[in-house]
Amino acid sequence: MVGAFQDENGALTLGNLDALTSEAALTALKGSLILSASTAIIGALLGALLAYLIVSMPPQSLMRRSTLAVSGVLAQFGGVVLAFAWIATIGPVGVLTKAMDDLVGANIYGSGWLFGLPGLVVVYCYFQIPLMVIVFAPAFEGLRPQWREAAVNLGASTWDYWRHVALPLLLPAFLGALLLLFANAFAAYATAAVLVSQGQPIVPLMIRQAITSEVLLGQANVGFALALEMIVVVTLVMVAYNVLLRRTARWMR
Amino acid sequence: MTDVSTRSGTERGLAVELSDLTRVYGAVKALDGLTLHLAPGELVALLGPSGCGKTTALRILAGLDQPTSGSVSVGGKDLTKVPANKRDMGMVFQAYSLFPHMTVIDNVAFGLKLRGSDGSSRRTRAGDMLDLVGLGQHADRYAHQLSGGQQQRVALARALAIEPSVLLLDEPLSALDAKVRVQLRDEIRRVQLEVGTTTLFVTHDQEEALAVADRVGVMNAGRLEQLAPPAELYSAPATQFVGEFVGLSNRLPATVQGGTASVLGRDVPALDGSTSGSGVALVRPEALSVVADAAGPATVTTVQFLGPLSRVTCTLADGSDVVAQLASSDALRLTPGDAVRLEVEPSPVLVVAG
Repeated sequence: MVGAFQDENGALTLGNLDALTSEAALTALKGSLILSASTAIIGALLGALLAYLIVSMPPQSLMRRSTLAVSGVLAQFGGVVLAFAWIATIGPVGVLTKAMDDLVGANIYGSGWLFGLPGLVVVYCYFQIPLMVIVFAPAFEGLRPQWREAAVNLGASTWDYWRHVALPLLLPAFLGALLLLFANAFAAYATAAVLVSQGQPIVPLMIRQAITSEVLLGQANVGFALALEMIVVVTLVMVAYNVLLRRTARWMR
Repeated sequence: MTDVSTRSGTERGLAVELSDLTRVYGAVKALDGLTLHLAPGELVALLGPSGCGKTTALRILAGLDQPTSGSVSVGGKDLTKVPANKRDMGMVFQAYSLFPHMTVIDNVAFGLKLRGSDGSSRRTRAGDMLDLVGLGQHADRYAHQLSGGQQQRVALARALAIEPSVLLLDEPLSALDAKVRVQLRDEIRRVQLEVGTTTLFVTHDQEEALAVADRVGVMNAGRLEQLAPPAELYSAPATQFVGEFVGLSNRLPATVQGGTASVLGRDVPALDGSTSGSGVALVRPEALSVVADAAGPATVTTVQFLGPLSRVTCTLADGSDVVAQLASSDALRLTPGDAVRLEVEPSPVLVVAG
């Protein structure tokens, strides 16, 4: 953080923060926000649906236990290995790319979408959805059967129960999980670093370039300023996440 | 206990009929031909050990479970196939059933909202219900800001707000501490008498059942062993299970002949259902007196002070223990090791096979 306020000679300066308003930095920030928001929303919706299906199964169900276990692993399955898996599957010479080409003549690789923002969205969902499952399943489990029975007893239909009881109870946890997914995607680096070799569509890749570039020297402190920008965004998100988490915890206790 | 026919709200209650209800879960028969009639405005408590089927019966009446066979009717209308949300019943659960994201008044008004009642009239009605249970000043609080007893009061107000045809209480006091439990059970009875709703109260606490109910049904293994007013249930148990489950009973050797049982050398009336010939008499501790007698066949083992009453345990010559409940003024004259004689009061006893 200190480096964000120093020039290359170590003197104090606010000049690095000016770089955050450059067109390239704003484009990267926009890319990061789009990537994080889109994968958070897709991951939250699909993950919540999957979590509901899992929690609806009996606690001792093999499917339930195995899905939760696999989700726990996949939620941490990012980085180089994940990027390689996708490249090996749907990259220019990927197994699926070749198979589709051979079988139906379809070119699923296209013009290289996997290595741009659309590709990052798809690949990030691979760990965002499982993360949502393990974060959100406890919220479903926290819905007490007595609440449904009390609602039904008072005259509620299934729709009434979801509308007036279950959804309002789940909403803070859902929004909290959504924020967590956003922060998770916003801070992810390794997967994008492997997939994207040209341009800096997101902030972490721009930081990489600023710190490691052998062409543009003396940009390390700009990289620190970009990192500070990320810290501010993630901090705001996590504060909001904790507020929502506290509310849910109070309801569910 | 209150006479059903003389209570103020009786005219607002409806008769409830559970006919030959059976509920089978796999190999387990939770209900085995339960038949139960509740008079309009009556409060019947179902009492029994865990797994006896009492909660299953209540859930079937609520529509939260379906009987394998048998029928449910309320006010003469068959509700067996009617879904739970159309049955017009109010229910108070064991605990934690208030909607935590709603204020107290919104919880109470929830059923009215579902019925299309407009905002002001449902707030008025919900406020009246909260006043009825003494929580009018807590209308804007949330469940987590209330004690367990207050939460159950709100649950009661919520169940009554919709003016249900039947009120169902599923062990509503079991999660509360002893003092609050006694206060709230009296409160439930007061409110029930005031609104006159026919009520089924499920509990495993016999003191609770005996204190609030017009009649108590004792259940065992899915069957109704006896349904009777509390005093009758206590003084004239119909079966060995009831005699041993409700209150304390001593098992004393007895011989029955011609409706008379000979217990501890004294003849007392034998209740209907008693076995004939030799058996075991179920004798209440308060039906025994302990007399100091140097030549007596029993020895005092312990004297337990309980306030105005004390419990005296004596060991008979055959090594079995007998418990007697005496006025403390009498009991405290006895000390462990004293030789004593036990006498049975001439009240009827049930004699079962030994």
